[in-house]
Amino acid sequence: MFAIGVLIVLAALVLWAIASYNHLVGMRNQVLNGWRQIDVQLKRRHDLIPNLVNAVRGSMDFERDTLTSVMEARAKALTASGPADAAQKEGQLSQALGRLLAVAENYPTLKSNDSVKMLQEELSGTENKVGFARQFYNDIATRFNTAQQVFPATLVASSLGFKPAELFEITEQADRDVPVVDLSRK
Amino acid sequence: MLAFVAFLVFLGFGFDTFYMGMSGGYVPVGSVVALGVGSVSALTSYFHGDRAVLLAAGAQPLADVAASATDADKLKLRQLDNIVDEMAIAAGLPRPRVYVVPDPDPNAFATGRDPAHASLAVTRGLIDALDREELQGVVAHEMSHIRNLDVRVMTVVAALVGGVALLSDWARRGMMWGGGSRRRDDDRRDGGGVAGIVLFVLWLIAVMLAPLIAQALAMLVSRKREFLADASGAELTRNPIGLADALEKIESAVAPTRAINRGSAHLCIADPLGRPVNAREGFWSDLFASHPPMSARIAALKEMAFEDGRRR
Repeated sequence: MFAIGVLIVLAALVLWAIASYNHLVGMRNQVLNGWRQIDVQLKRRHDLIPNLVNAVRGSMDFERDTLTSVMEARAKALTASGPADAAQKEGQLSQALGRLLAVAENYPTLKSNDSVKMLQEELSGTENKVGFARQFYNDIATRFNTAQQVFPATLVASSLGFKPAELFEITEQADRDVPVVDLSRK
Repeated sequence: MLAFVAFLVFLGFGFDTFYMGMSGGYVPVGSVVALGVGSVSALTSYFHGDRAVLLAAGAQPLADVAASATDADKLKLRQLDNIVDEMAIAAGLPRPRVYVVPDPDPNAFATGRDPAHASLAVTRGLIDALDREELQGVVAHEMSHIRNLDVRVMTVVAALVGGVALLSDWARRGMMWGGGSRRRDDDRRDGGGVAGIVLFVLWLIAVMLAPLIAQALAMLVSRKREFLADASGAELTRNPIGLADALEKIESAVAPTRAINRGSAHLCIADPLGRPVNAREGFWSDLFASHPPMSARIAALKEMAFEDGRRR
């Protein structure tokens, strides 16, 4: 009688371990997919930038340095290696783009140009997509980490080889600051 | 939801006991038929409901509308396209198909049985009236309906309401025609005693009120899901004010959305019929409004924004 009881408890434990393992594997794949989504959106952004810069170049001769800083930031972001490096360089690119979009507001010819407006929409859309892809990644990574760390899953998670996922954070102090845009130049 | 099923079973049970009575024996004919009819109508609307709703609203695919648009218009449509992409990414769902309904009143709805078969439709008026942030809020609200499987929930609810209405209709017809069987019931109830009579009276009242009660329960579910979609929409955009502003604009355009009919009202962001019952608070609105009062929704969203601001 006692032996049967022990067997039942053991079987229940094994079933529970299998279930939580499968659950964690599913979540880990979601997290990986979320991470790749960010890459997809970043790639889109890199492809869009040359078009935008070419479209505004003619009307924004005075803003040479704004335009070159965008192109330089893009070139740097393309060569980024590893998540931390990428996060920093993409952050700088975001800042340069934000500056360009803000400065472009000062040019009436640009503001009324439909193709430029379309490009601006594309660009702010892409910026948003990058942001939302990160938000989604952080959401599911947090859920994944919580699932590993709560009791009793925490008993099996580490022995089954699960590691907490890294959250996407802004590491540079400069990136945390609100970008300063100088609107006095015309 | 459980209350619903219980109510349906109670109706079916009474139908069996009092009409089929002796002749029906132990087979619950009424319940089985009601369940069968309910399932068929539920399955049909489950698999084809989205197409029917879109067709009825005269919705056109976004790509078709964009192909024949002016340049300024193309920009707005492109914006909508991007916003849907953004919200699909934020929700981690596949991109739904996007439709435009040619109606000047601002409104939007989502349909489809699961995220992989979802469609999202916005009216012309919504695209024209809202700015980017507001449009994002509305799309996030609809995306939340898709993510929370609200279309499925409301399809089941609608099928149950239909089942209840059908059953109570049959019961009333049966009462008019069933003189003969009632005499047999009387004979039997002599043995049944007071309990049988009490149950019969209760059941009679339930039959009379059935369609009303079913409707009230359905609307209760609908209002809960609206609040939920507002909240999880704000969770997607992290910007409750965008949706709050959009709701204010939608509310100020009081004209009913003609293109969207009564059957799909619960899928819309705002009641397309412009019924005054949805604007008020109080007993009757609590019973029969498909949407919570706009002011309550806007207040809830603003509260979220306030909490958000304090945490930072």
